[in-house]
Amino acid sequence: MALLEARQLHVSIAGLPVCSGLDLRIEPGDCWCILGRNGAGKTTLLHTLAGLHTPDGGSLSLEGAALARLPRRHIARHIGVLFQDHHDAFPATVLETALTGRHPWLGPLQWETAADLAMAQQALAAVDLAALEHRNVGTLSGGERRRLGIATLLTQDPRLLLLDEPANHLDIHQQIRMLDLLGQQAERGGKGLCIVMHDLNLATRYCNRFLLLFGDGDFLHGTRDAVMTEPNLQRMYRHPLRRIDHADGPVWIPA
Amino acid sequence: MMSMATPGATRYLMRTPRLLVLLILLAVFSAVTSLLSGSVDTGWADLLAALAGDSDSTTAVVIRELRWPRTAAAFTTGALLATAGALMQVLLRNPLADPYVLGVSGGAATGALLAMLFGLTTLWLHGAAFGGALLSMLLVFALAHGSGSWSSQRLLLTGVVVAAGWGALIGFLLAASPDQGLRSMLFWLMGDLSFAGMPRAGAGVLTGGLLIAIALGRPLNILTHGERSAAALGVTVPALRRLVYLLASLLTATAVTLAGNIGFVGLIVPHMLRLLGLRDHRILLPAAALLGGSLLVVADTLARSLLAPRQLPVGILTALIGVPLFLALLWHGRGQSVERA
Repeated sequence: MALLEARQLHVSIAGLPVCSGLDLRIEPGDCWCILGRNGAGKTTLLHTLAGLHTPDGGSLSLEGAALARLPRRHIARHIGVLFQDHHDAFPATVLETALTGRHPWLGPLQWETAADLAMAQQALAAVDLAALEHRNVGTLSGGERRRLGIATLLTQDPRLLLLDEPANHLDIHQQIRMLDLLGQQAERGGKGLCIVMHDLNLATRYCNRFLLLFGDGDFLHGTRDAVMTEPNLQRMYRHPLRRIDHADGPVWIPA
Repeated sequence: MMSMATPGATRYLMRTPRLLVLLILLAVFSAVTSLLSGSVDTGWADLLAALAGDSDSTTAVVIRELRWPRTAAAFTTGALLATAGALMQVLLRNPLADPYVLGVSGGAATGALLAMLFGLTTLWLHGAAFGGALLSMLLVFALAHGSGSWSSQRLLLTGVVVAAGWGALIGFLLAASPDQGLRSMLFWLMGDLSFAGMPRAGAGVLTGGLLIAIALGRPLNILTHGERSAAALGVTVPALRRLVYLLASLLTATAVTLAGNIGFVGLIVPHMLRLLGLRDHRILLPAAALLGGSLLVVADTLARSLLAPRQLPVGILTALIGVPLFLALLWHGRGQSVERA
């Protein structure tokens, strides 16, 4: 059964169509990439898939159950979101922030257990933040904050990970480290991934399903070979692009 | 999995709420000091005899009938305000929020001043203050809810504007009142415990409210990371925010009914605890209640004794004690809060 299935989904933001009649199935092991121009509605679509934005029409089902009718706590055990940005109004440590990922798994009056803490610490180690676990979140750099977001998501341990520009603020080494880490979640952990990205080269390297939003409600989705072609990408970005075939895979260069 | 937890981790989970124990001691100490001070000289023997209830000496009666209710009222009021302040700060995601920012106290003050203007009894005064507070709370709730979206911004703006409206009404009532009533009105506005009796209902609201607030502690912790993140982590944000608003308003209304507009406790007590490194609301909320209660008991003891037999409005003392204490903590914590949260 698909982790998440959209049927005839209509999404719009401020009256502008994002997608009209989208059918989408995210299966275990899938790594979807959502591409589109600025303002095409990639983030809105991602929030819709997470049940945080109400679609204009169509249905979403989470492992067979209607998403809109499920309690938030149940959804949070299945779907985790890495948001584009974070606002921390109050001080919190890195470890405390990662531990928030356990919230949907704990009973209303239950305290975090040693096992929860171990999960958070493992996740922090996986994103190279173990040494900073007692630091105030406000003192982290943009890239460190991003990795903390990924660690929180790993601590939440949902079956479907929705990520809004996970490589933002990351240096080249960390971009590869984090996407490898997330890729393993899909490959070995049987998780589903859906990533909003702007970097075509990272996208072609890590993702196996692509959804192109053209900004007018029109869209296209499918495998890399079917969708990631020069005419499609040029139409989407309204910018000429060249594809160079390298031994490690195709490379896209804007003209 | 259990073996994965490092010693640091165990310490983190097992961190005994040592601060809570210290705060309980502080509360007991402040209460005893309050019971011992006053115009009638009191020793330990008198206090013990009075509390045991087997003495009918003047001192024992003064302690039982006057000082004990007053001390209890001060503690309850301070605890209510500090808890409400901590809740309001999370609700509005604004560290500058206090229990009065959304106008609850303005409604209460308008009710109380009206009762004074018409020369009503203390019971009516309390009723009018509580009624005014509830009216203001529901008014803001309905107005902020209006079009359905209930953002912090909209709630804050609605509350601040309603509070300004009450402010104008209060000014009008003060201007329209005969001179002999002005003094007690001003005292009420500055916060004054001399109207307060034994706070039975207040203590009930405090206990119930605090238990609910502590039960909401973990969702509140998640909410401090932002509404969107909280929703993605499984918190039903709109329901939680409505509940927190009603709870904080009810606690504030009860406090204001007991003792008028006592400023500052609700703003700085939660901050002091945050500066001391408390962030988990499951501990922060009871700690705020204890510290807020103690602070107000100390302030009220001073308000009764400094210019005895004249009494000062306790609201003046909370600020006089709170401002330097807060600045000292801010100064002390300026380095470490940047490096370590």
